[in-house]
Amino acid sequence: MYTIKNYVTAESLEQAAALKEKGRNNVIIGGNLWLKMGSRSIQNAIDLSRLHLDGIEEDAEGFRIGCMVTLRELEVHEGLKGTFGNIFKEAVRHIVGVQFRNLATVGGSIFPRFGFSDVLTAFMSCDSYVELYRGGRIPIREFAEMPLDNDILTHIYIKKDGRKVRYQSYRITETDFPVLTCAVIRKENDFSVVLGARPKRAVCIDGIALEAPEEEAARERFAAQVAERTEFGSNMRGSAAYRRELARVLILRALAELTEDKTC
Amino acid sequence: MGETRFVGKGIVKKDAEALLSGKPVYTDDLAPDNCLIIKLLRSPHAHAIIEEIRTDAAKKVPGVEAVFTYQDVPQKRFTEAGQTFPEPSPDDRLILDQRVRYVGDPVAIVAGKDEACVNRALRMIKVKYQVLDPILDFTKALDNPIIIHPEDNYVAKEGKGTDPKRNLCASQSRGEGDVDEVLSHCDYVVEEVYHTKAVNQAMMEPFGAFAMKDIYGRLKITSSTQIPFHVRRIVARALNISKSRVRVVKPRIGGGFGAKQTAVCEVYPAFVTYMTGKPSKIIFTREECFVHGSPRHEMQMSVRIGADKNGKIRAIDLHTLSNTGAFGEHGPTTVDLSGTKSISLYRDLDAFRFSSDVVYTNVLSAGAYRGYGATQGIFAVESAVNELAHKMQMDPSVLREKNIVHEGDRLMNYYGQTTESCALDRCIAKVKEMIDWDKKYPYVKTGPHTVRAVGMALSMQSSGINNCDVGSVQIKLNDDGFYTLMIGCSDMGTGCDTILAQMAADCLGCEYDNIIVRGVDTDQSPYDSGSYASSTTYVTGMAVVKACEQMKSRICEEAAPLMGLAPNEVEFDGALISEKKDPEHFMELADLVTSLQAGSGKIITAAASNTSNVSPPPFMAGAAEVEIDLETGKVTPIDYAAVVDCGTVINSNLARVQTEGGLVQGIGMALYEDIQYTEKGKLKNRNFISYKIPTRLDMGRVRVDFESSYEKTGPFGAKSIGEVVINTPSPAIADAVYNGTGLRFRTLPITSEQVFMGLHKK
Amino acid sequence: MLIELFLNEEKVQADIRPDMMLLDFLRSRGLKSMKRGCDTGNCGLCTVWVDGKPVLSCGVPAARVQGAHITTLEGVQAEAEEFSRFLAEEGADQCGFCSPGLIMNVLALKKENPHPTEAEMKEYLAGNLCRCTGYQAQYRALVKYFGIEEVQQG
Repeated sequence: MYTIKNYVTAESLEQAAALKEKGRNNVIIGGNLWLKMGSRSIQNAIDLSRLHLDGIEEDAEGFRIGCMVTLRELEVHEGLKGTFGNIFKEAVRHIVGVQFRNLATVGGSIFPRFGFSDVLTAFMSCDSYVELYRGGRIPIREFAEMPLDNDILTHIYIKKDGRKVRYQSYRITETDFPVLTCAVIRKENDFSVVLGARPKRAVCIDGIALEAPEEEAARERFAAQVAERTEFGSNMRGSAAYRRELARVLILRALAELTEDKTC
Repeated sequence: MGETRFVGKGIVKKDAEALLSGKPVYTDDLAPDNCLIIKLLRSPHAHAIIEEIRTDAAKKVPGVEAVFTYQDVPQKRFTEAGQTFPEPSPDDRLILDQRVRYVGDPVAIVAGKDEACVNRALRMIKVKYQVLDPILDFTKALDNPIIIHPEDNYVAKEGKGTDPKRNLCASQSRGEGDVDEVLSHCDYVVEEVYHTKAVNQAMMEPFGAFAMKDIYGRLKITSSTQIPFHVRRIVARALNISKSRVRVVKPRIGGGFGAKQTAVCEVYPAFVTYMTGKPSKIIFTREECFVHGSPRHEMQMSVRIGADKNGKIRAIDLHTLSNTGAFGEHGPTTVDLSGTKSISLYRDLDAFRFSSDVVYTNVLSAGAYRGYGATQGIFAVESAVNELAHKMQMDPSVLREKNIVHEGDRLMNYYGQTTESCALDRCIAKVKEMIDWDKKYPYVKTGPHTVRAVGMALSMQSSGINNCDVGSVQIKLNDDGFYTLMIGCSDMGTGCDTILAQMAADCLGCEYDNIIVRGVDTDQSPYDSGSYASSTTYVTGMAVVKACEQMKSRICEEAAPLMGLAPNEVEFDGALISEKKDPEHFMELADLVTSLQAGSGKIITAAASNTSNVSPPPFMAGAAEVEIDLETGKVTPIDYAAVVDCGTVINSNLARVQTEGGLVQGIGMALYEDIQYTEKGKLKNRNFISYKIPTRLDMGRVRVDFESSYEKTGPFGAKSIGEVVINTPSPAIADAVYNGTGLRFRTLPITSEQVFMGLHKK
Repeated sequence: MLIELFLNEEKVQADIRPDMMLLDFLRSRGLKSMKRGCDTGNCGLCTVWVDGKPVLSCGVPAARVQGAHITTLEGVQAEAEEFSRFLAEEGADQCGFCSPGLIMNVLALKKENPHPTEAEMKEYLAGNLCRCTGYQAQYRALVKYFGIEEVQQG
């Protein structure tokens, strides 16, 4: 269990940012599910829940998702579903249980850039941007590679660009961390792949051509090439070698769904 | 057995309403607010000697009441295993020891007014360790130069083959006939080694207990335990005080499955309250339940099994190596069941041998987990039987039909006992029908990259420990003619309060609600060895039957003189005592009690205790259907059919739920629950993130039916059910995986990665 | 620090430590139905509702529920009666330690989705662990409660 000296329900982002910049012992409380498991001595626990950062707003170009939006809200949001299909539902529905997802926040899931994150994989499969209080809007793929810093993630913006995405994950039990996450993206005849839980942070693999997606052999070549190019590691849940094989299988399954889908 | 009104029915549990409305009935709910909070400083090393320990700074933390180290505790060794005299587990531990033997072994006890100050104090204790090499591989423990228990005051128990200087907690060998000779003449022999891990019971309520001084200055311990009477003894011995100074109360228990047959936490509050005079409590975190629990004994089993060309199994040779960890709790006994409950499934062997060694290592002490060694042994022997069938190109169910025990057979490795109640043949027939074996064996292709395959296994267990386990009950007759049934066995969610009341109501011919069950308080309850070894229904149940018979004759004895008759001239039907010859001449039970309470006779109580000279095994057959994804290696449970012979079913709902729960625990052991250690011996699975018990999405469907035999030594013909139900999933699923893929797994759990790698090596 | 909130519709004020969890706060107020079964948010035993939504009270800072409406099993006894009866009639209570958390989540599901499919129901309740029943007896009770036609794949 952590200890907290002061619990500060922030009245403005400015106040929150100023506190956070005081040093490592000043921490934003997101869903609090990961944080509470640690044993940190926290000087100021900064709560953003009164700053109206818990909405999903749609405009003509995309969706703006506040950092305090819960994973459950992401899962059931009709607008996101209408535009992006089942990506978000598929990405979060395995995460422990509804009561957990009613607490876990989008900001808390993305900001730490956990290797095992389904959520990071899902956002990376879209044209997403994080909005940082100091750093402004940054493409999520860039953000995924940045080191952790003192900034505050306030929103995520996802652009509607007509892409199709299919999300796959593999886990040992249904509510376990993934052994591997995989999202395959189709923009007309351009295919790319996001692989997460490698077990390191998610990465996007693009630039590999898939000329004839309707042919199984071509899809297999594509999947093998992507898996070959990606770096995998080992942990309790699986070895690097197994993850590479799973990557190939999951990519193929997502590709099959994408190519069978007549709306693509 | 005549007509019963309650036995055999799905009666709602006595405590259902309290439990389901969230009443405060568990240990932590009942602890007084002023309890000192206890936490333990734990060793970061698998094996070390404490060279120096400094607690002065910790003691100064405001709110901290006491800090204890090995220098403060009694020096008499004891065991935390809850077992009946003569306790078979060695006395090999102290409350705190200068030598620490596993990562997590307690080094200091801190008690203070709240968690925050105790946590601060824990950080301020400075310990200097002399770090020793540990033994982490249990196959290398025997005669290793590293000795885990070199101490002089170690107490081995008689006849267990113990030799601590060899790291040997227990050793034995027995058999009949010349196994080597018979095997050499078999047409088919399978010889393989199987391995099961130290899986965790993962009951939902963590270990916990609190202690306080009662008005007489005695220690009163309230504990989430299966063994209140053994806790009284264990605590008295650990503190080196008289048992008369200790009282143990068991409230509602949030599951045990054997974990709470070891007193893993009670000595800490007992010691703190004994030393400070103040109430204190310890509630383990889930992490502590993993690092300082009492998991299943890891076992490595070498099996040789042989048959002639007609499929007659002629010999079984089993050697079990068991890992008891740092201490010997349940070490000498669990290993025994790996042989008794596996080999004895098969009749008329020309020879068998069962030998075992139990060794110490530097991991946490193992304990009792539902199945208690039988689970491990049955995985090995039932897997070997499946392998033998495949080698003979015979359907494994057919090989079993040719060789299983039947009613009246002597059990091969079961202390010379015969089975007088056995419906195993019917269990197999029904389970095959339920799973549609003949159509589905060995597998059915269900998709471009999926197959569904089936596998089968058998199981048996005991019903209590014969000539050892004792159950006793007292019944009081109260005003208006209701009864108080006082029992010493622990309902841990299993519903024994309910089933014993069902039996009593049928015996006494009264309404079920007229039986009030009083749970365990060692000051008040009659002695019971505890709820373990599948003993409650069979052993304590028979005590209920006996006590009720006594109660009925006492009622007649007291009523008759008031009616101007002799006791043998009246009979009691549950409500009325009437003259046999003239039923119109009667007395109401309520009126009898009123008269007795007005001084016209003796107040009626009855007491009986029971122990059995046999331990009739329940039997079962289980069949698994799994789907295997040949592309990923994933094994998904689809369906599990199980047919149980537990003798007469006392409560149809509770027997079913026991079975279903045991099966899903077994499925977890077969597929998901993967104990792993770091190279330095630190347990990696410390929470439900890394130790995955099945959720409702991971278990497929389980279906249970009963084929009852009638056990004449049991109450209403009943045998036990609690443990037999956990044993079949591992061997059945392992064979289903083989039937679907051709891959044989002899180590649990069977992970998808192993299946995948196996498929792609082929 | 001082917080003010509604506990089962009763307005209460309390002085709490800033690092107190809602679970410990509720138990300190004598509401003991919710349990701590793990350290990691995995077991579901501590489920209560915050503003009507089922959450893990072990993960909610008590300081965050300022002004919120907290509902525990103690506060919905009548509403819980029907499903509890179905559980009891199956013997699915067993040790009972996970029952309050399960019941709170089942009631939440009923409000959110009165007629779930079997798959929706199982998925919604996946975060409620149970080690006694193997879930099958709970399933029978749920089928009755939600009036689901029993069509498990076999």
